[in-house]
Amino acid sequence: MLQIKNLHASVGGKAILNGLDLTLPKGEVHAIMGPNGSGKSTLAFLLAGREGYEVTAGGVTYEGRDLLAMAPEERAREGLFLAFQYPIEIPGVPTASFLKTAVNAVRKARGLPQYDAVEFLKILKAKRDFLGIGDDMLRRALNVGFSGGEKKRAEVLQMLLLEPRLAVLDETDSGLDIDALRIVAEGINALRSPDRAILLITHYQRLLDYVVPDRVHVLTGGRIERSGGKELAQELERQGYVGTAA
Amino acid sequence: MAASPDSNLAVHSTIGEKYKYGFVTDIEADTAPKGLGEDTIRFISAKKDEPRWLLDWRLRAYRAWLGMEEPDWARVGYPKIDYQDAYYYSAPKKKSAPGSLDEIDPEILKTYEKLGIPLGEQQRLAGIAVDAVFDSVSVATTFRKTLEDAGVIFCPMSDAVRDHPELVQRYLGTVVPYTDNFFATLNSAVFTDGSFAYIPPGVRCPMELSTYFRINAAQTGQFERTLIIADKGSYVSYLEGCTAPMRDENQLHAAVVELVALDDAEIKYSTVQNWYPGDENGRGGIYNFVTKRGACRGRNSTISWTQVETGSAITWKYPSCILQGENSVGKFFSIAIVNNRQQADTGTKMIHIGKNTRSTIVSKGISAGRAQNTYRGLVRVQPGASGARNHTQCDSLLIGDRCGAHTVPYIESRNRTARIEHEATTSKIGEDQLFYCRQRGLSVEDSVSLIVNGFCREVLQQLPMEFAVEAQKLVGISLEGSVG
Repeated sequence: MLQIKNLHASVGGKAILNGLDLTLPKGEVHAIMGPNGSGKSTLAFLLAGREGYEVTAGGVTYEGRDLLAMAPEERAREGLFLAFQYPIEIPGVPTASFLKTAVNAVRKARGLPQYDAVEFLKILKAKRDFLGIGDDMLRRALNVGFSGGEKKRAEVLQMLLLEPRLAVLDETDSGLDIDALRIVAEGINALRSPDRAILLITHYQRLLDYVVPDRVHVLTGGRIERSGGKELAQELERQGYVGTAA
Repeated sequence: MAASPDSNLAVHSTIGEKYKYGFVTDIEADTAPKGLGEDTIRFISAKKDEPRWLLDWRLRAYRAWLGMEEPDWARVGYPKIDYQDAYYYSAPKKKSAPGSLDEIDPEILKTYEKLGIPLGEQQRLAGIAVDAVFDSVSVATTFRKTLEDAGVIFCPMSDAVRDHPELVQRYLGTVVPYTDNFFATLNSAVFTDGSFAYIPPGVRCPMELSTYFRINAAQTGQFERTLIIADKGSYVSYLEGCTAPMRDENQLHAAVVELVALDDAEIKYSTVQNWYPGDENGRGGIYNFVTKRGACRGRNSTISWTQVETGSAITWKYPSCILQGENSVGKFFSIAIVNNRQQADTGTKMIHIGKNTRSTIVSKGISAGRAQNTYRGLVRVQPGASGARNHTQCDSLLIGDRCGAHTVPYIESRNRTARIEHEATTSKIGEDQLFYCRQRGLSVEDSVSLIVNGFCREVLQQLPMEFAVEAQKLVGISLEGSVG
């Protein structure tokens, strides 16, 4: 589904990714772990198409297509979803209406009929109950004044509604208490299916107790230094990132 | 207003079309000779069969105007206007005397249908009475009978002069005197049509009243005059919309609106202004130089102005409230959007005269392209206005780095018990916000529209619901091409 080959990228002339290789097949969940500044968020933003990154070598294919040539909205419509580490505030736009606008934009691009308000509310209700999100939060402007946990749950709600084929979650576990972490993890697990792939970017092993990955990769200095099974995450938790390159 | 989605005021464009209302209706018109002089004024007055007092009033205004200077304090720039190089009266030729719809030129009926304002008995908008003004005259007013049954008078100004002279004479020019300012004085001299509404004591107007202004003729100015009187304990909500053809030359629109609210009365006045804004290079477009003012004469009276200003090459307009009655309330909610080379200098004046008068100002200015947007507002508290309160909030949003936003608040308080608050913010549409929306599948245009609509939400909520839906779409269309 996703193939990253020898990816080199820089921001403002500073090299961040230095020959990153990664293959993520359909149906699998991979975790990328690494210390601060190793290039984790750069990778997430690059995959989603944020401006400001210069790809100096290598490339990315998504379902056989050149991902980097696609506009951000095109990637989204083709099923790529990024859960932001720091979700952005959109003042004055109620969360529910933002969700409906996004879902309908994607459905329209896929040639599916758009939901009217009544249909959408039904779909929304099922998913939000699952995440413990109340009506009040859906009425408030998106991410404005949300607590850290609410923001992360809102990201997962968007993910469940948009039903992506490739979900990239950038530190969705950070800043969550144990109950919120469990809810978020259930949301991610609900998305797992043989047709989908999930890339979990995380600093800690904690989330991986709830969402068990098929593969774990260690990102340091802008490239994958090590890959292994789920037990690699536990090893990292014990030993830290120092020395893993050996 | 329970209209179908396709039959609404203002706009129903889809993304990808720029200015949808730029067409011209080919019609035979009755036009005054070009230029401005006492003869022009006599011509207009005679066309309308006006009483002597009104002709005299016009002539006094004209003589006053001759001695006035065009104002230059606004932050707008335009070449000098040649007032002799324009027509001051243009009316569609009538087949016979006005009266029923059958007598209106079918081309005009088609024009309004195209604008989304069907006037025919069968298709007319439910729950909303429309006065359709085409160039210098009103061509139709719907639901007159229904309104009459409720005691409400809603008709073209020309008819009001003929049928209700005592009301017109009593109130005309009492809020905006004919000597008020250069453009209002010009309007007083040459005004042609506009709407008149009178709501009798204790009556809640059973439907929304609305005027739809259309400029069609070339090189013609539109000078309408609207007068709304809400008698004791009455309520009315009034909407106006406006569009014009796309032309290379600039056209002048200098209107005057006067509102009078007596004891316990409330007037809610909403505008969606979508005159032709000119092209990307600033060629053509309407000069919208308008004087709007409301007098809260009675105790506990309320006047609220809501405006969505997206059109016109230049907007110069300060809908104001004179808060004379004790406990009276003035409100001003504004969205001004400028793109390309548009210029807007708009705001309000809240004049607190009576005790415990309150005013609220919420202004949202959005600038894109190379456009300039200025909020200019005055809050004045007179010595007798003990306990007066004002809250002002001015927010500006910039799109791109070649446009400008300016805030010019004047605050004058002569009473120590007054409480006046002013808040202002300026922000840019963030790259982060755009990227976030696009990551969720929205196009750039839809993302901008969503973010700007969120920014304007407080004001949009003031509009009657169906009107708000149309206004939201208009917000998106006005900003097309402003990013990336």
